Amino acid sequence: MNEQIFGIHGAALEVRSQRMGVLASNIANAATPGFKARDVDFNAALDARLAQSSGAAFESGGAANGEPELLYRRPTMPSLDGNTVELGREQVAFAENALAYSATLSFVQGKVNTINRALKGE
Amino acid sequence: MPDGTRMTLFSMSERAMSAQLVRMNAATSNLANAGSVAASEAEAYRPIRVVFAAELDHATGLSSMRSEGLVRSETAPTKRYDPNHPLADNTGHIWEAPVDESAEMIEINESARQYQNMVQALQTAKQLMLETLRST
Repeated sequence: MNEQIFGIHGAALEVRSQRMGVLASNIANAATPGFKARDVDFNAALDARLAQSSGAAFESGGAANGEPELLYRRPTMPSLDGNTVELGREQVAFAENALAYSATLSFVQGKVNTINRALKGE
Repeated sequence: MPDGTRMTLFSMSERAMSAQLVRMNAATSNLANAGSVAASEAEAYRPIRVVFAAELDHATGLSSMRSEGLVRSETAPTKRYDPNHPLADNTGHIWEAPVDESAEMIEINESARQYQNMVQALQTAKQLMLETLRST
């Protein structure tokens, strides 16, 4: 039902929200020695979620129970204390993700408005 | 999380921000004790540093940070010859706290920057959540 109305946007919004948490974790741990920055591969996570919600059995491991697989970020210049967070990169990724979240949200909003109008018969 | 509740974006950034505050407090204490003098090497003030550790919540995949403890740095106090000082020992020496003022200032600056970053990220996330709530 959810799928029919919102298309991929419902799933995309959830993945975006999860990715926002992961990126915020990276920013929070910018000074923790030995912390490895992580990120979500958005395309893979969205595919996994769509496959899961459409009931298809997906063989690819990793993304079990709907949680996206977290990948470790490859640092451009590793620091001495083993921390791989690059603050500039994380901030850009966070901003990009927030923007994409907004975009997805407005798609969902559009769908809701359309259905509302259809129901009211305006 | 240790108390069994799910870690949210809010509790995560709250913890990270309080860890940064601990760090800033440690650096300001060091600055406050710069130039303090002691009668013996053992009594002299040693700068304190905060040790950070990541804190992963397995249920949500979020990881926050916490301050795992304070350590006294091992730098030796500076020995200075000043026989007229009231705290001077029988050889006429006093021990000064080995505080590097510029290093402490940089520590405070970095901590403030990181705190700011966290506030900014939290603001953006909160804004998006509010938009989602209001969109129906």
